[in-house]
Amino acid sequence: MSSELLRSLWVATGETLYMTSVAAVLVLLAGLPLGVLLVITDRGGLWERPALSRVLGTLVNVGRSVPFIILMVAIVPLTRVLVGTTIGTTAAIVPLVVAAIPFMGRVVEQGLREVDAGLVEAAVAMGATRRRVVFGVLIPEALPSLVRGTALVVISLLGYSAMAGAVGGGGLGDLAVKYGYMRFRTDVMLGCLVVLLVLVQLVQWLGDGLASRFERASS
Amino acid sequence: MIELRGVSKVYGQGAHEVPALRNVSLRVEFGEVFGVLGQSGAGKSTLIRCLNLLERPTTGEVRVDGRDMLALGPDELRAARQGIGMIFQHFNLFSSRTVAGNVAFPLEVAGCSHAQIRERVDELLALVGLSDKAGAYPSQLSGGQKQRVGIARALAPRPRVLLSDEATSALDPETTRSVLGLLRDINRQLGLTILLITHQMEVVKSICDSVAVLERGRVVEQGKVVDLIARPGTRLHDLCYPRSVPVDAAAAPGGRRVELSLVGEHSTRPILTTLARRFGVDAWLLEGSMERVGETRVGRLLFELTGPPEAVDGALGFLREQGLTPRVPHV
Ligand SMILES: Nc1ncnc2c1ncn2[C@@H]1O[C@H](COP(=O)(O)OP(=O)(O)O)[C@@H](O)[C@H]1O
Ligand SMILES: [Mg+2]
Repeated sequence: MSSELLRSLWVATGETLYMTSVAAVLVLLAGLPLGVLLVITDRGGLWERPALSRVLGTLVNVGRSVPFIILMVAIVPLTRVLVGTTIGTTAAIVPLVVAAIPFMGRVVEQGLREVDAGLVEAAVAMGATRRRVVFGVLIPEALPSLVRGTALVVISLLGYSAMAGAVGGGGLGDLAVKYGYMRFRTDVMLGCLVVLLVLVQLVQWLGDGLASRFERASS
Repeated sequence: MIELRGVSKVYGQGAHEVPALRNVSLRVEFGEVFGVLGQSGAGKSTLIRCLNLLERPTTGEVRVDGRDMLALGPDELRAARQGIGMIFQHFNLFSSRTVAGNVAFPLEVAGCSHAQIRERVDELLALVGLSDKAGAYPSQLSGGQKQRVGIARALAPRPRVLLSDEATSALDPETTRSVLGLLRDINRQLGLTILLITHQMEVVKSICDSVAVLERGRVVEQGKVVDLIARPGTRLHDLCYPRSVPVDAAAAPGGRRVELSLVGEHSTRPILTTLARRFGVDAWLLEGSMERVGETRVGRLLFELTGPPEAVDGALGFLREQGLTPRVPHV
């Protein structure tokens, strides 16, 4: 591989990291409250709001069922409004975030639902406010699975980002398609794959490590 | 201290209605240990959860410590709940918090300062004998230790009432005894009113002053534990003295079958030998048992008296003079 190609691989990796990390932060910021709402507004929840619960549930299901490639095209107008352009790495972040928020919401929801209802009940019986039950009991108790879930979402974001890249977003996906596929550069293709593999491993390892640290603290 | 009046609770709606409580009324006096005894599914948990409104009764009135619970707004309800401690069958400790962190939780809810929390947590862990476990996580404790943490946590905000939902049902007999002993000590030392629910007669006998028996959502018996156990025919009496000999079975020719409850000092006298010596009757013991009910000894004897009819009548008369109520199934 020439130094020029190595440099493009380097640049592409940077773009992928940029897309994924910005998207991850935004997804976390929106997905956590979404997951909490999905849990507490449900029947028998801490803040029962059946109508809201149904609306959120439906939105999440719709979001989850649209294939990413279609979503990307479908929200082009939104991307243009938010970013001013529809191509480039920053523009690619918009569909990434939109696609991953419902996913993250479900992941958080699932993590919180694993928390023993008895603990919530104990806290309520002690006179805790809803806010304290959520932030003082539900989230801390679910922390290991929330961390694992977040790693899962970030890994999916890496995958999506490659797809977004392939349609003009830059990053490793873009590079792999333009050079590896269209110009039959197997070395570039392999390079992209290796970097992606390393990134995925890294995230998985980080997530597992963090999660088991929290678990060990409480066992 | 606690009063339920006409409380009913129906879960579900329409065809799926499950009546869990039916017109339950009961009164728990200040400073007593009150037991609610019932089998699984009788509605015990529902009843206790109606006291701090974890469950809202469908109808009826709930008063705790003078407050009409159902009339409280959300903030008042939270404040009231801080004055009602609760412990659970499965302990419900926060696994992400240490022992000290668990005990601190209700103090954080109450808005105490760090210094206050530190001091109170130390005090409580000493009270339940777990000072050396402050930094441990619940998963590192035995069942008995977990329940002690649960008790410390419940007592942290100095409640006036403690609710216990089958707190010893997940523990082995010896641990059960030590946890019940702790509850009794707390009741005495702190003047704490305790309402506990259980399916174990042993629990009622060992620490309850009063009891209500719950059957399919209804209170079918209520009163002082000693009184109910001593009175033949009550459910508590029957649970306490399971019988192998039918009381009403025909006695031997010329014999009279007698059932006798002995409470307190009566239980310390040699009643059968007294009858034999003074009236020249034979007293044949069929069944007998002595139970400790809290501090009181309560016993039941089933025996047959044989001898000349006047002597047997004399013996029965003597028992009545002693303030006993011999039951003679066949007269
Ligand atoms: N949340 C609920 N929804 C529907 N039915 C319930 C609920 N909780 C309890 N029940 C029903 O109410 C009855 C009494 O339950 P419970 O109070 O838990 O009894 P216990 O504690 O004496 O075992 C049972 O028939 C149970 O199935
Ligand atoms: Mg129960």
